[in-house]
Amino acid sequence: MDQERKTLYFTSVNLILIAALLAAIIISFMLGRYPVSPKELLGILFSKIIPIDPFWENKMETVVFNIRLPRIVMACLVGCCLSAAGAAYQGVFQNPMAAPDILGALSGAAFGAALAILFNASSKLITISAFLFSLLTVFLVYFISFRVEGKKAIGLILTGIMVSSLFSSGTSFIKLVADPNDQLPSITYWLMGSLSGTTKKDVLFVIIPMSMGLIPLYLLRWRINILTLGDDEARTMGINVQLLRLAVILCSTLITAASVSVSGMIGWVGLVIPHFSRKIVGNNYKHLMPASMTLGAIFLLVVDNFSRNLLPTEIPLGILTAFIGAPFFIYLLTRKGDSF
Amino acid sequence: MSIVVKGLSFSYDQRIVLNHIDFSAEKSQFLSILGPNGVGKSTLFRCILGLLSGYNGEILLDDENIRKLSAREMAKRIAYIPQIYYPSFNYSVFDMVLMGTTQQISVMASPGKKQIQRAEQALQRLGIEHLRDRGFTKISGGERQLTVIARALAQDAHILILDEPTASLDFGNQIKVLTQIKSLAEEGYTIIQSTHNPDQTFQFSDRVLILKEGNVLAYGRPSEIISRQIIQELYDVEIDVLSLYQDAVRVCIPRCVIQNQSGEIR
Repeated sequence: MDQERKTLYFTSVNLILIAALLAAIIISFMLGRYPVSPKELLGILFSKIIPIDPFWENKMETVVFNIRLPRIVMACLVGCCLSAAGAAYQGVFQNPMAAPDILGALSGAAFGAALAILFNASSKLITISAFLFSLLTVFLVYFISFRVEGKKAIGLILTGIMVSSLFSSGTSFIKLVADPNDQLPSITYWLMGSLSGTTKKDVLFVIIPMSMGLIPLYLLRWRINILTLGDDEARTMGINVQLLRLAVILCSTLITAASVSVSGMIGWVGLVIPHFSRKIVGNNYKHLMPASMTLGAIFLLVVDNFSRNLLPTEIPLGILTAFIGAPFFIYLLTRKGDSF
Repeated sequence: MSIVVKGLSFSYDQRIVLNHIDFSAEKSQFLSILGPNGVGKSTLFRCILGLLSGYNGEILLDDENIRKLSAREMAKRIAYIPQIYYPSFNYSVFDMVLMGTTQQISVMASPGKKQIQRAEQALQRLGIEHLRDRGFTKISGGERQLTVIARALAQDAHILILDEPTASLDFGNQIKVLTQIKSLAEEGYTIIQSTHNPDQTFQFSDRVLILKEGNVLAYGRPSEIISRQIIQELYDVEIDVLSLYQDAVRVCIPRCVIQNQSGEIR
């Protein structure tokens, strides 16, 4: 009976989260400098399935499908990925403070983007360069950590910090030599993180690496629990620790790199959302992983709406996530009553 | 359900930690390993559990060399109960026990009905089903130890390796935990524990292995092995072994508590 009540609880949490996500998506379609009424939105969406005589302007359809849809999808994907990666890294490194940038994925991406901007590359190339440098950084960290004596997880974290700071100084150096009239501002703006100007092509570019990471992470989620117990225990419980950890790190890195290559530096999501999810569904990754994924998507979508609509000019997303994330994290830390 | 260790040697760099260790444990045996800190007990356990591979000699589980067994095949035969610790994340007692069933399911799956039932049986077997929804880090040390033992039962292995299961437990919990372990041995589990308390070997276990500086100092029944001389050699303290209840049990008494200042027995 107890088990049934628990199952009911987790099912309803999932349903509520998915409903909230859908509601957030619908509201996001309507918000913006060019408002779309609910009736018009329904008409535009359904006209793709059943023939409806357009009672809306053509321009509105363009706004909905070519501007808002890609951006909404991207916000959901990036939020989902950063949050899932954060949750996964926390488990693999048995460290509640782990976040998607723990192995240097963010600073690598920043360096790659800055480098591409320095060479006046197209926005497409900037994305690709950020993605590749992000992966490169993490692989560098992973292979250097093999030579670190002692505990594997700690070795990885320390190597991550070092390599990360190396790439950060690289980025600083690029900023120093960049043209202060156009390159420097665009590097700075990229580093603040934003989803403005997201196109369908951007979505198509990232959706492959993202699904390649998200699906295995979702399927392997129960086993991440065992990794949190430490190498020795996990191994004696029948887990191939090295292989599982490599798989989880690989997937998390892939989705982090794909996210930051299109969104720039967006902090806090990967740390705060998994912890918020832990408060709702507990630490068991069977429930934690899906909850983190949906909550991450909802969170970034909502914050992106503020980023688009709060001021006449766009506020970079990275600034907003930090503004909301940091105080919220303090609230989570000081909240009494840990029920799980 | 048997374990045989033949000529096991292990060294870290130049330092020999284990030197030609031989012993075996059968079904229903409760073996205690006694020896001062740093004597190689942990290394011995790590070799047996397949966590260290750079050893010489052979370790056989049910007549199979563990070098040929995968992590999953090992987990079906042997379970590890580490010393009490705080995990990084607070899991419910039930989830903690359920984790033991992981070797029974495929890589991409979560535990199903059958595994949940196993975990519930394990909780009942150790009489801790009332703790199932409590947080693992919020219960007492003795309860945590029983939870990890329940996890080993849910794992369905029949050889249990316990690393000082009673260390840092209060007196009552030490006895509760050891009583449970002993009854598991009577049910057919093979138990190997490390301990620092020679009295425990008299009271609970039926075999004792004494290690000193990486060598086997003695191996056999506690009543035949534990003596004044061997404790003196092992720990450099003087004791007397007393027999109680027509030799149903023996205890070690430190000599200093029954001697006066000139060294005579009071």
